[in-house]
Amino acid sequence: MQIDTTAMVEQTENKKKRNSVSFGGQMKSYVLHPGSGILAFLTTLAAIVTFALLFFLIGYILVKGIPYLSADLFSPEYTSENVSLVPSLINTFIMTVISLAIAAPLGIFAAIYLVEYAKKGSKFVNVIRLTAETLSGIPSIVYGLFGMLFFVTTLKWGMSILSGAFTMVIMILPLIMRTAEEALKSVPDSYREASFGLGAGKLRTIFKVVLPSAVPGILAGIILAIGRVVGETAALIYTAGTVAAVPDSIMGSGRTLALHMYVLSSEGLHMNQASATAVVILVFVLVINALSSFVAKRIAKG
Amino acid sequence: MNHIKEKGMKAVFLIAACASVLAVFLICIFLFASGVPAIGKIGPFKFLFGTTWRPSNEIFGILPMIVASIYVTGGAILFGVPIALFTSVFMARYCPKKIYGPLKSGIELMAGVPSIVYGFFGLVLIVPLIRETFGGTGSSMLAASLLLGLMILPTIIGVTESAIRSVPESYYEGSLALGATKERSIFRVILPAAKSGILAGVVLGIGRAIGETMAVVMVAGNQPRMPEGILKGVRTMTANIVTEMGYATGLHREALIATAVVLFVFILIINVSLSLLNRRAEHAD
Repeated sequence: MQIDTTAMVEQTENKKKRNSVSFGGQMKSYVLHPGSGILAFLTTLAAIVTFALLFFLIGYILVKGIPYLSADLFSPEYTSENVSLVPSLINTFIMTVISLAIAAPLGIFAAIYLVEYAKKGSKFVNVIRLTAETLSGIPSIVYGLFGMLFFVTTLKWGMSILSGAFTMVIMILPLIMRTAEEALKSVPDSYREASFGLGAGKLRTIFKVVLPSAVPGILAGIILAIGRVVGETAALIYTAGTVAAVPDSIMGSGRTLALHMYVLSSEGLHMNQASATAVVILVFVLVINALSSFVAKRIAKG
Repeated sequence: MNHIKEKGMKAVFLIAACASVLAVFLICIFLFASGVPAIGKIGPFKFLFGTTWRPSNEIFGILPMIVASIYVTGGAILFGVPIALFTSVFMARYCPKKIYGPLKSGIELMAGVPSIVYGFFGLVLIVPLIRETFGGTGSSMLAASLLLGLMILPTIIGVTESAIRSVPESYYEGSLALGATKERSIFRVILPAAKSGILAGVVLGIGRAIGETMAVVMVAGNQPRMPEGILKGVRTMTANIVTEMGYATGLHREALIATAVVLFVFILIINVSLSLLNRRAEHAD
């Protein structure tokens, strides 16, 4: 759940300055009103607890896993003695590329329809919004089950990278749609009017003027979607399967990194390697998050 | 030529926009078509209120899983909501501007950490901790509740913070002018005004908690029996599906899909109440 609060932050910050009290005055007021003091203390304490938990979580995973990041873990073949994570790393990459190749155009086109073509407040738009909201609330295991029933069984794709990727497409579609919609909406109408005024058609305006200015926002959403695919487990376990090798084609089964970690930790035989895999996943997530907020910051500036 | 292109692309955009509608439609059709007949075969009453789950004897009662899901989610709310609420107050009203950026990124990072990593954290830290402190195996309702409480923090904080921020500053100033302290103004004036938004955040958190699968599977113990205490193992609906789907066949498989149907209905109820709350929050402005 990402909410853009930068503008709101600016507003309240400015007003807060006007209403601010000196530190000494604040302390004196807490002595006079102990209830307020307790609430202020609890508020700060809760924030400290939240961020301490986050630091502890990341620190613990890193400290526990880094010592086990051995060269063996990155050998090209998976064997039962050496549970290399390279095949699953490659599978994760293939899975991400395929699902984005489908979900990104689909989500962006849907957002274009919603922002540029649809009449505001029409029934059809409401239905699309409602379904997108519903999709983003569905738990990943339900996606997994649907993928198994539809892609694996009904379409007879079997447990394969393709089945997994299509399940992922449905899962990340609402995320890409929502972020792309926000990005398109934030393009000022004057851009469109200027383009129309110069004699460009609607399509040309969309592709040459509106989309290029919305790229950072759209990209930030796509990067977040990558994070979802990299971290997903429950939706892939019965669609992509858990074979620990890179399949010959996308119709073959293969486990992604997160699934690899799940299998290792649920077997309980290779806990050290599982914690090393956790480090790799966490580093991915850190990079993806940093990248996404870096890109998003560029919209705020531009 | 240009005209055809314009019309053609408009159709393409329209079709893309229909994808999400199609997806929801297909999910409903496939889940209900495969799950509902099984509920009929087992008997709706036996299925929903049966307290025994023994697939080898063809006894499929999912009440233990429903109750476990509700308990674990309740526990997560109990641990998570107070911390999330106070943290969001901190983020919106107390946080010095200099550290706001890093803290906000921290919350976003917390939301981005995959559930498998949370699960692993629970497995190697929370479970042994509970085992050593309270005895037993450690894989328990308490472990699952604590872990889920942690996992729903960023969801609730994000929504609640923006709800608090959307309350007009004049409310706060008015309260200060009447002589109330900063805390009194925040907790007695701003928070009540942001009630709908805060509630929406909590409901969103409930949805996350009840649908969480991997993290719960790793720490909850997975015993399919009625919850007996917070230190005993339980199995939630999500865990039931993911642990048995791999080898289930016939009616057993259909019963698992039916479990997903029940879960799906829970999620739909949560979604509907969420959109009602959001509508109320919008009207309040």
